[in-house]
Amino acid sequence: MNPVASQAANQAAVQTAIQEPDRKAEHLPPAPMPAVQMRTGGGFAAYMRKVWAVAAKDLRAELRGREVFSTMTVFSGLAVLIFGMAFDLRVPQAEMVVPGVLWVIILFAGVLGLNRSFGAEMDRATLPALLLAPVDRSAIYFGKVIANLLFTLGAAAVILVVMFFIFDTPLLQGWILLSTALGIVGFVAVGTIFAALTASVRARESLLPVLLLPVMVPVFMAGVACTAGILDGGGLEKIVTWLWVLVSFDVLFLLVAYLLFDLILEEV
Amino acid sequence: MGEQLIAVDAVHKRFGRKRVLSGVQLTVEQGQVVALLGANGAGKSTLMRIISGLAKPDRGDVVLGGVSLRQAGHELRRYIGLVTHAPLLYDNLNALDNLHFFARLYDMQEPAARIEAVLQAVDLWPRRRDPVRTFSRGMIQRLAIARSILHDPPVLLLDEPDTGLDPASAEKLAALIRTFGAANRAILLTTHNLERARTWADSVAFLEDGKIVFNKPSAGLREADLRRLVLEPSLPA
Repeated sequence: MNPVASQAANQAAVQTAIQEPDRKAEHLPPAPMPAVQMRTGGGFAAYMRKVWAVAAKDLRAELRGREVFSTMTVFSGLAVLIFGMAFDLRVPQAEMVVPGVLWVIILFAGVLGLNRSFGAEMDRATLPALLLAPVDRSAIYFGKVIANLLFTLGAAAVILVVMFFIFDTPLLQGWILLSTALGIVGFVAVGTIFAALTASVRARESLLPVLLLPVMVPVFMAGVACTAGILDGGGLEKIVTWLWVLVSFDVLFLLVAYLLFDLILEEV
Repeated sequence: MGEQLIAVDAVHKRFGRKRVLSGVQLTVEQGQVVALLGANGAGKSTLMRIISGLAKPDRGDVVLGGVSLRQAGHELRRYIGLVTHAPLLYDNLNALDNLHFFARLYDMQEPAARIEAVLQAVDLWPRRRDPVRTFSRGMIQRLAIARSILHDPPVLLLDEPDTGLDPASAEKLAALIRTFGAANRAILLTTHNLERARTWADSVAFLEDGKIVFNKPSAGLREADLRRLVLEPSLPA
């Protein structure tokens, strides 16, 4: 018999056997176990449902556990305060240091979150459960990217607001927000790949930034250039090249991850 | 008994220089429960991981329901349920959240009734909203079993499922295994409990030096025979 056919045929028997002792005692008939109906195939819609399932699971786990986002935001706030105190003494114009400070804090706070992305799955030994599911493994990647993106964007929002007050600098401008968001997409796209690569390594907390930060140089440079360009009074024409660098970086690494993530998670 | 749902064909696996499996041959038919015994480090868990698709063999193949794992896409994973030493559950989520998440990954339609049924089956429905981290070892293992049968897989792999279970939970697990076996599925389980291997399974296999050195029906086997096999595997059973 085909395994699929046997699937539907045997469910009632399982429920009956498990519940029979109790039900005999209660003189109740055994309840049949509902049949399982699974969608197979389904194309892009099914793929996106699984992407969202992984992302929603990570967001729900964060809501219950508060492991990632709270750490990122507390670190971010403290880092802004420390930089603020440090530069307040020596730097004549805050705009000179603000772009660099902004991106250094975003990258370091982001690493904290990325470390937990697959690290938590390894610590709880739940990664095999994800890999056992009938899911293209790139769906796991994109689900993780969405969750990491929301955490990092949330932390960046906190950083921008705190920096706005501490450095008294007009950071909350459209082009700065756009370039920051584009830079974070690239950072998270690459960071999630490296987080998966280092997840099973004992020293992953230290290895992840060592591997990730050199690859982030284009994002860091483009992000700093965009922020500085706008703070210096320029418009879109002054930062458009750097925006394209960010967009290209994002597309390139999301595509690479889509093609290669199956190999990265081949064996855990 | 019916067709072979699990066929392990000359599987080899090395970790660096250490040879873990060398030409393992094993079949499990529809409706059959096979217990796999072996010392710690004999390669039982590695074999389970290979059959489930979590690890790839260096040589050889695993065929599930006539489909080779080497050639199958990810859809074949629908037909596998796995229980391991680790529960494969999210401890900061509750039981319902865990099962709903896996139901979404398996693209189950309207899974609520099925989730309720499996939680009722493992006696965890009253605790469905409690975080898994508040569960006892036995409850976690029962929830892991609920997770593994949620999508109603024809192939069930149980890697030491009785570890940490109290006698009542172990008895419940035995009922599940008996019924699953009788229900035309294929179950491969590993255990260190010889009596459970003998009474739960239709057939007992012994893995030693990376090979199956013993594979006989459990009917007629005595626990003493198995104990002798485990303690002195070189002697004929």
